[in-house]
Amino acid sequence: MKIALALREAHDAEVELGRELLRVGERHKTEQDVFHLTRTLSRWCDEHVRRLAEHATRYDAKLDADAAPEEDERGALARAREKSAELVGRRPEPGVLLLGDLRELYLAAARASLAWTVLGQGAQAVSDTRLLESVSASHPETIRTMKWALHKIKEASPQVLAG
Amino acid sequence: MSDRIADPWGTRTPYGRGDRWPVRVDSFLAEGLTAGDVDAWVPTASILHSNGDAMDVAVKDGRIVGVRGRDSRVNRGRLGPKDLFGWQANNSPDRLTRPLVRRDGELVETDWETAMGAMVARSRELLDEQGPSAFGIYTTGQLFLEEYYTLAVIGRAGLRTNHIDGNTRLCTSTAAEALKETFACDGQPGSYADVDHCDVLFLVGHNVAETQVVLWARMLDRLEGPDRPKLIVVDPRPTVPARYADVHLAPRNGTNLALLNAILHVLIADGHIDRRFVDAHTLGYEELEKQVEPCTPEWAASICDVPAERIRQAARILGTHDRILSTCLQGVYQSHQATASAVQVNNVNLLRGALGRPGAGILQMNGQPTAQNTRECGANGDLPAFRNWANDAHVAELAELWNVDASSIPHYGPPTHAMQIFRYVEQGSIRFLWISATNPAVSLPEIDRIRSILSQERVFVVVQDLFLTETAELADVVLPAATWGEKEGTFTNADRTVHHSDKAVDPPGEARPDLDIFLDYARRMDFRDKDGEPLIKWHDAESAFRAWQACSAGRPCDYTGLSYEKLREGGERQWGGERLYTDLRFWAKPDECESYGKDLVTGTPVEPDEYRALNPDGKAMIKAAGYVPPAEPPSEEYPLLLNTGRTLYHFHTRTKTGRAPQLLAAAPDVWAELSADDARDLGIGEGDVVDVISARGRVRSRARLTAIRPGVVFVPFHYGYWDLDDTRDRRDRAANEATITEWDPASKQPIYKTAACRVERVGAADGHVAPAPTTTASRPLADVPPTVGGTAADVVEERR
Repeated sequence: MKIALALREAHDAEVELGRELLRVGERHKTEQDVFHLTRTLSRWCDEHVRRLAEHATRYDAKLDADAAPEEDERGALARAREKSAELVGRRPEPGVLLLGDLRELYLAAARASLAWTVLGQGAQAVSDTRLLESVSASHPETIRTMKWALHKIKEASPQVLAG
Repeated sequence: MSDRIADPWGTRTPYGRGDRWPVRVDSFLAEGLTAGDVDAWVPTASILHSNGDAMDVAVKDGRIVGVRGRDSRVNRGRLGPKDLFGWQANNSPDRLTRPLVRRDGELVETDWETAMGAMVARSRELLDEQGPSAFGIYTTGQLFLEEYYTLAVIGRAGLRTNHIDGNTRLCTSTAAEALKETFACDGQPGSYADVDHCDVLFLVGHNVAETQVVLWARMLDRLEGPDRPKLIVVDPRPTVPARYADVHLAPRNGTNLALLNAILHVLIADGHIDRRFVDAHTLGYEELEKQVEPCTPEWAASICDVPAERIRQAARILGTHDRILSTCLQGVYQSHQATASAVQVNNVNLLRGALGRPGAGILQMNGQPTAQNTRECGANGDLPAFRNWANDAHVAELAELWNVDASSIPHYGPPTHAMQIFRYVEQGSIRFLWISATNPAVSLPEIDRIRSILSQERVFVVVQDLFLTETAELADVVLPAATWGEKEGTFTNADRTVHHSDKAVDPPGEARPDLDIFLDYARRMDFRDKDGEPLIKWHDAESAFRAWQACSAGRPCDYTGLSYEKLREGGERQWGGERLYTDLRFWAKPDECESYGKDLVTGTPVEPDEYRALNPDGKAMIKAAGYVPPAEPPSEEYPLLLNTGRTLYHFHTRTKTGRAPQLLAAAPDVWAELSADDARDLGIGEGDVVDVISARGRVRSRARLTAIRPGVVFVPFHYGYWDLDDTRDRRDRAANEATITEWDPASKQPIYKTAACRVERVGAADGHVAPAPTTTASRPLADVPPTVGGTAADVVEERR
């Protein structure tokens, strides 16, 4: 049985997505909606990671339940990057930078979404209903993050390219 | 005679359920004049709030000299203080009378030819150099329907920019979004007449006594009459309605959604839902049931700091009455999780089956007098006549109507919202910003940022206004505009009542109606349709109205049944009838809806195919959302929450009300409201000088101690710098120095109610009290001389 493998895959993908969300938010602090929403969405990742770590113990695997940076650490990280965000707030290049970052975010979310799909199939195959419930509760949120990133790309690209 | 500064709502005329609200005609004329001296009475309606009170303007010797309420369905003759006294601003000596252009850094007077020439030259340059994406249009909720429609066509089919919005983004975009989420289309479901029939009034973040004075007078007359309706008030401040409430819930700012989810939880747990209604007319109930299942009153009590029992009381009143009138305003719209919360208020009515019947309805209110038209005409983030930007067939209808290619009307994404427009200006990709009848340098959040954005050399800023506002001072071209009473047009209030407003007097100097300015620009820019004919095929207010009628035909806001003649002779009329959805059929079918909806947390639009699968039959949608904490929680450094808002005596940034002596005297300067608990901890007393400080900036004012909930500081947002002698130096009077740049993901409405702040005492009262009214939510705990207007505020009230 390789459920532990799929758990780790989803876990790592969600950890990475959570970090990517914070990184993009901090880098684009002057894009206020990106800054605030990425923080909200990263909390979904935190919860997903916690759930996955819980299930891992049942499969004799050990996954870190707090893989996402602590709030304090976030603060310090944020402050350093916020400064640079403020400095670039007036230049047009951040638009291009934002598009690139949103693309990475979208891909990270897509990877996590795939991992959930695989895990969900596995959970059904081994009739692990508790795991399936977690997948059903978490996966839609990852998809919402993915859709949001795609929407932001659609919304931002016309002005970046034409402006 | 009644001093309507001391008693803003006037003499009571109680009435019972189902009775007709008695008539009381209010009038006020300039000193020394009586009705016999008046040359003419010219019909119009209120322009200083969204209630749409019908009135006549008194004219003598070519000047406005007073007002008188008219017996209409909206106000039955009554007027509020802003209408009774605000007209005096029309006659202010400091009105703009000539265009201004910036030369060597200074604004200097010029003629229209030069000013319009500069605008057009810059427009052409930018169209050649960059194209439509260089243009931003930021309008208002204070012009007329004909003006918005003309501006929308100029913007969307002339300049072909997607960057058009109004300051309605700050006042009413959540109302529109909440209706679009629930009913898939904008349009006020309820009617003011529902006040006459309801048995529960559920006011959520809606300080109606101050924002719609006459609507509150109507509610008050019900509350003091037979068959008194129950009143539930949700507000962190001790508002006047809260004093009359059966249940007053004063949640911590930013927690509306938790509170509303708990109310929904109790309704469901008690079985107080109209299952037949829910099954027949709605979608999404199961999702809501799941979402609010853990949201017990105890859970909400810990988040909102409201007693659980009181939440139960409110829910039981809602659960055991049939005719519920629910209303929302800025306490919801400008607060955290705005759209999600406004939608839960809709859900209360849907679960109770309280819709489309006398007394059972929803009023998602507006803040500004003509915000409804900004929304209808597509001068905000929507296409004209509630058309759906994501539906190609709707875009094609506009293309046919305007005789242009569909591809030339931008619809590749949602129309750009105001905060994003300013972001593009900040980044330098919008290089021409045309601002009409609004004052973002005082009203937008974090105004130090806004000032710096507008001051950039690389953006050409045009401001069209009555006075040299704080925003106009930063412009490259200032155009003097005519206002209400000086031009003709129509406008629509928050309950869909359309008024015709006639020209009473000439505008001062060379000031021109906004419509004439827009038409002149279109002519000079030589915008053409695809056959080479002028794009704008109308030339005055009435022909613009007819063009709008054609645009609105077949849509929910269909104006084809109205005309200037009918409105002039028959008076005001509602579009859509007394109330919408009486047959419980909604404009929600995929082909007809204005919006496919959004994810309430992320704001991502629902895809057309998704919507088609979800709601093929066009039912109302029950949308659930979970509470998340506000973006900027209180901290050690900033332990309090800043709540900015309005006072009864002023409107917007006081460009008019600050020039009416009675209104000015009633609330002459900014103040900060604190609870007794917080004041004690900080060693602050009534009238002490305090600084309200956030991570953005600082506001200095005198403290007013009130029964506001602890942990919250209220500062009115009306005060800017134009009426100070030392305007160049002061940056600490406007509440928006301290607010945060943040907006609701779905409605994009800025959030003004939850910034973290601290308060510091910087000086003693020294015999002063706060310059705040005693008659309103700012009622003092201390013994303070009452707010009165004296003989200068004597209003004639005539009972009929």
